[in-house]
Amino acid sequence: MTLIHSIWTALLLAVFVGIVVWAWSSKRKDAFERAAHLPLEDDNELDPVAAEKKHG
Amino acid sequence: MPTQNSYNYKVVRQFAIMTVVWGIVGMLVGVLIAAQMAWPVLNFDIPWLTFGRLRALHTNAVIFAFGGSALFATSYYVVQRTCHVRLFSGPLAGFTFWGWQLIIVLAAITLPLGITTSKEYAELEWPIDILITLVWVSYAVVFFGTLIKRKIPHIYVANWFFGAFIITVAILHLGNSAALPVNFLKSYSVYSGVQDAMVQWWYGHNAVGFFLTAGFLGIMYYFIPKQAERPVYSYRLSVVHFWALVFTYIWAGPHHLHYTALPNWAQSLGMVFSLILLAPSWGGMINGIMTLSGAWEKLRTDPILRFLIVSVSFYGMSTFEGPMMAIKTVNALSHYTDWTIGHVHSGALGWVALVSIGAMYYLIPRLFGREIYSVKLIEVHFWIATIGIVLYITSMWVAGIMQGLMWRAVNTDGTLTYSFVESVQAMHPFYIVRFLGGAFFLVGMLIMAYNVWRTVVGAKPAEAAIPAPATAH
Repeated sequence: MTLIHSIWTALLLAVFVGIVVWAWSSKRKDAFERAAHLPLEDDNELDPVAAEKKHG
Repeated sequence: MPTQNSYNYKVVRQFAIMTVVWGIVGMLVGVLIAAQMAWPVLNFDIPWLTFGRLRALHTNAVIFAFGGSALFATSYYVVQRTCHVRLFSGPLAGFTFWGWQLIIVLAAITLPLGITTSKEYAELEWPIDILITLVWVSYAVVFFGTLIKRKIPHIYVANWFFGAFIITVAILHLGNSAALPVNFLKSYSVYSGVQDAMVQWWYGHNAVGFFLTAGFLGIMYYFIPKQAERPVYSYRLSVVHFWALVFTYIWAGPHHLHYTALPNWAQSLGMVFSLILLAPSWGGMINGIMTLSGAWEKLRTDPILRFLIVSVSFYGMSTFEGPMMAIKTVNALSHYTDWTIGHVHSGALGWVALVSIGAMYYLIPRLFGREIYSVKLIEVHFWIATIGIVLYITSMWVAGIMQGLMWRAVNTDGTLTYSFVESVQAMHPFYIVRFLGGAFFLVGMLIMAYNVWRTVVGAKPAEAAIPAPATAH
């Protein structure tokens, strides 16, 4: 049981290190750049009525 | 008429409004019990109004009613807007709203009556627990159903945090609430002794980690970039932040059981993992705050952004304090004192409440298609709330450390220097300051309620169109 736990823990640690390496790999740079802009791309203004009131 | 071409804002609106309502209710109960600590006569000799019963009502109301409603509202909003699809199953989403409100009302009835499992943050009895399970599974179906039908290939990081929060809370709830009912209103935990304590704090600390942290980090990762109009500082850091948090939080629970019957190795494990947690916590804090890098001047003019950024600063502060208090030697002084209460409120008021309030000020005008009634009042709210938090946590620091020192003071002949009641008496001025701090924070919420009321009264519900697939990539 202890051996299985040890292997499992080491495996998870390796997976985590793998994630860090993957996240910092230059291949991911562009994709992450686009992902970071995801929430900013969608048009999120108040509805036209309120905008009209403000400007009109 | 809502169609498949618009986002489902109805359920978001419902939860957003109830966030403000439950915030006031929960904090009002908190202020009352804080006043009772300073002036015990306020118990009025009525059992339903005693601290022992109202304390659970306060924690349930602020965490699950206020915080929960904020999480439902923001997660439903964010998952739609970052996936470019309407929420999966409107009726089921409606069920999560009404079901959650029913659970809150049942909590507000049963807890003052003294009907409780006595498990901290899991006090509700088994029939309500079953209802929570039904609502939570529906929540998961709605949230992940929306993710599955998304039009954007990438799943934005905020949704990862919301998703982890939903899954983990389901597991925690099912694990910790396992109980044998003896009748309709009373059950006993299936665990006993130290196992029960360990399961309870596995639940309790991860409720902090996933309900009160991961979920609200989801809010941070969407609403700070939106309000600052800048992408998150480092997306790769957000990915590592997510996995580091998920991998380590689960282990930190035993720090609630230092110097108890829990095996020493488990205590040390909990302490070590609590210390490791500092890294992902601060990674996330830096990521949130640095999103403003190059645009710091926005903080001067934008009170909503100030709510969001100051909340992340409090997150950093309390996630530094937490690991420190998890060190066994520090814990020997801090445990069972009001320092713990101060720590909790630095997280609860400073982080969870401020980030929720900021997100609601962002959301509510958009959900009702109106400008906010008064930006000035948001500003006033910000300062009143901040003063309230500072009064609250500083008074509890002083009170807690004083208690800890008084309890451990020993005379040369080995007898205790102070009796317990002397330490209680010494708390009186600090309990008054704490009451004032809480009252400030509550007044801030009342100002918010007025501002929100003036914003939404007479407003028609807003409809937002889903962008055509061509604009998405």
